[in-house]
Amino acid sequence: MSNPNNFYEFFGFERKLGVDREALQKRFYELSRKWHPDRFSRNSPEEQMQALEATAILNDGYRTLKDPVKRAEYLLTEEGFPIGEQRSRDVPPELLEEVFELNMALEELKSGDESARPQLTAAKENFVSLRMNIDAELERLFAKYDAAEPQSETAKQALHDIRGVLNRRRYIENLIRDVDRALNAASDATAPAQDLL
Amino acid sequence: MGTFQIDFGENRKSKIVGIDLGTTNSLVAVMELTGPEIIEDSEGRKIVPSIVSLSSEGQLVAGETARELLLTNPERTVYSVKRLMGRGVSDVEDEMKLFPFRIADDSESVIKLKLGDRTFTPPEISAAVLRQLKDNAEAGLGAPVTEAVITVPAYFNDAQRQATKDAGRLAGLQVLRLVNEPTAASLAYGLDKRQDGIIAVYDFGGGTFDISILRLHEGIFEVLATNGDTHLGGDDIDNLLLRIALEDVQSEWKQDLSRDSEGVQRLRRAVIQAKEELSFVPEAKIELDYRDMRYRRAIDRQLFDRLIAPVVERTLEPCRACLIDAKLTPEQIDEVVMVGGSTRIPLVRTAVERLFKAKPHTELNPDEVVALGAAVQAGILAGDVEDKLLLDVTPLSLGIETMGGVVSKLIHRNSTIPASATESFTTAVDGQRNVLIHVLQGERELVKDCRSLARFDFRDIQPMAAGFARIEVRFLIDANGILNVTARDARTGKEQSVEVKPSYGLTEEQVEAMIRESFDKAEEDMRERQVREARVEADNVLTATEKAQKNEAWATLEPEEQAAIEAAKRDLQSVYRGNDHAAINGRIEALNQATMRLAENMMNTAVRGALKGTKIE
Repeated sequence: MSNPNNFYEFFGFERKLGVDREALQKRFYELSRKWHPDRFSRNSPEEQMQALEATAILNDGYRTLKDPVKRAEYLLTEEGFPIGEQRSRDVPPELLEEVFELNMALEELKSGDESARPQLTAAKENFVSLRMNIDAELERLFAKYDAAEPQSETAKQALHDIRGVLNRRRYIENLIRDVDRALNAASDATAPAQDLL
Repeated sequence: MGTFQIDFGENRKSKIVGIDLGTTNSLVAVMELTGPEIIEDSEGRKIVPSIVSLSSEGQLVAGETARELLLTNPERTVYSVKRLMGRGVSDVEDEMKLFPFRIADDSESVIKLKLGDRTFTPPEISAAVLRQLKDNAEAGLGAPVTEAVITVPAYFNDAQRQATKDAGRLAGLQVLRLVNEPTAASLAYGLDKRQDGIIAVYDFGGGTFDISILRLHEGIFEVLATNGDTHLGGDDIDNLLLRIALEDVQSEWKQDLSRDSEGVQRLRRAVIQAKEELSFVPEAKIELDYRDMRYRRAIDRQLFDRLIAPVVERTLEPCRACLIDAKLTPEQIDEVVMVGGSTRIPLVRTAVERLFKAKPHTELNPDEVVALGAAVQAGILAGDVEDKLLLDVTPLSLGIETMGGVVSKLIHRNSTIPASATESFTTAVDGQRNVLIHVLQGERELVKDCRSLARFDFRDIQPMAAGFARIEVRFLIDANGILNVTARDARTGKEQSVEVKPSYGLTEEQVEAMIRESFDKAEEDMRERQVREARVEADNVLTATEKAQKNEAWATLEPEEQAAIEAAKRDLQSVYRGNDHAAINGRIEALNQATMRLAENMMNTAVRGALKGTKIE
């Protein structure tokens, strides 16, 4: 079942959701020294191609595995739990009220009502702390998955839960991005006026 | 006659050179046992100005020769052409107001520049500079040079990189690697001696600005993030000062100098000189003596700083963005390296020091450090430098056009390269035979705000019901930062044919046609040289024959022998003016044959004369 495109196998790491970042970086540098196209510049075209392909997988893999969210998404897809983009648009029920108020405040700021600014800043802080809670929850679920027998019901349940948490996280991530944009756009727009004073 | 052949041994490999192809100046360097060295030209100069001129003989000349021609022959001379690499006509409208580029009307996706009555694309112009560097390197090393590492601004997009690679090919160089200028500079600085640390490279050159942040770890140079502006450099400061000086001249002389290209070029030189002086002295003069007119204008550093402050400020924004992308604060930067001629400006140094809260490195000559780094990278590729390895990133996100003119990102900016992404596409209509994919580069969400790279036309798809075909497309950015696209039919696994239409660049066919043309030109040049050499040889033989006819040995020949020599002489003279070197050489050989006995007799006479008076024991 060896698959050279599998990032875990390429790095020689166990298929776990918890990854030691330092060990990963060390392995990344080791494999870079071995496979980087710079090491093959005077080899045959076939060998050069092989080095290019291997390094592309190595770099793509490092990028994926070093980021906990990308890593989890990758493993979910590999294990047959595809993550749907559209699901992130469904408002998590517990956030319904907050999102409604947030959208109101965003509209107000867009129409030039600066009084909405403190409310948005507070909302952002709230979402950032929510994201921290989510990350802690993810860590707990990662450990649960890693401790379970592969393919077992416990493992599958953990992946299922992780998918749900990731969707909620993505939703909150988008909210933070929207608020950031609104706050920055508004302050940019007011900048020239300040210069005139 | 036998000839000596010096045997360098079978496996002695030719040197790979490192080239800094700059907006203003270019340099070539090579890795020696003691470290990287700049190769000088025959007159001991390290810098080749990136200026190209069409000579009166119809040849492109580059460097110092072209710099002189810029004053006397501005219509046939061009500089700062790096600004046009990989760009379209509509991109450069703003530059047109400031640079004396003469763009041909038939420019399409690639700009064509008029030099005299001929047109050249930016890669062809750059190739002339590269050829000059190649010649200098071959003369300096005493060996042919065919492989090179060429540096590009880190923020160059795919089209600009491709154009640089094309220029290399046109100059007869195999470009083994395009390396980013700031990363090359970090290699030259040998900062890996400190083993671990975070460094920022601030590269402010003649026409481009780059900032790169790297992590050093046991000889590995890992770029964490890069940012920049490919149209921001010392040129902008020159143009700023030039505009002011032109207005000044107009009010003093009551005439508009801006329409006089020679006058503008002379004033431009004066302005640049003043700018350069101001890096070392608190006050300088812009001086112009032209057509019996005189212009003097003092400028002190305070005024200069005030004028250029907005330009310097424009470099700081990419620096802040780069820090954010690298997820670092200024305090976490251990060292800052300064690269590019514009970093000599005191205001630039102060601004950088203030931003990064660290005293920047300026020990190495900022004009040479990139070429030296390119030579180190060449050493890495040749296997001579084993402990160092550069891991660079792609500066811009890569994406494809989706419904509604939105760009869907496939490879994000600051991804370590090589990097890849795979996407599946299908057909929308029953029996559809081809799928067109529009690839873009940039950070914005809409197609109109990103840079179009190319359109890939996947053809000969097996006809089937809509939505059933599955074309798997692999986007791969190689170690040069250049995109490669391959596709296969996911059902059959068969390689899918694809036609690439670059949005701003030469097609493979165009590059090959240009290379063929330059080969034809080379053949033409070679034929001309052979004719010239044959004529020189004919001159020698004819002069020698005429001299021999005055020798006493001439009388020893039979009348028919004398007639044969006269005939052979006439034969040679009859083809002498022609362009057939083989004919000239043939008749030279015939004359040599005819004069063989004459030469023998002359030799005997000479020997007899020499022996006269010599006692034989």
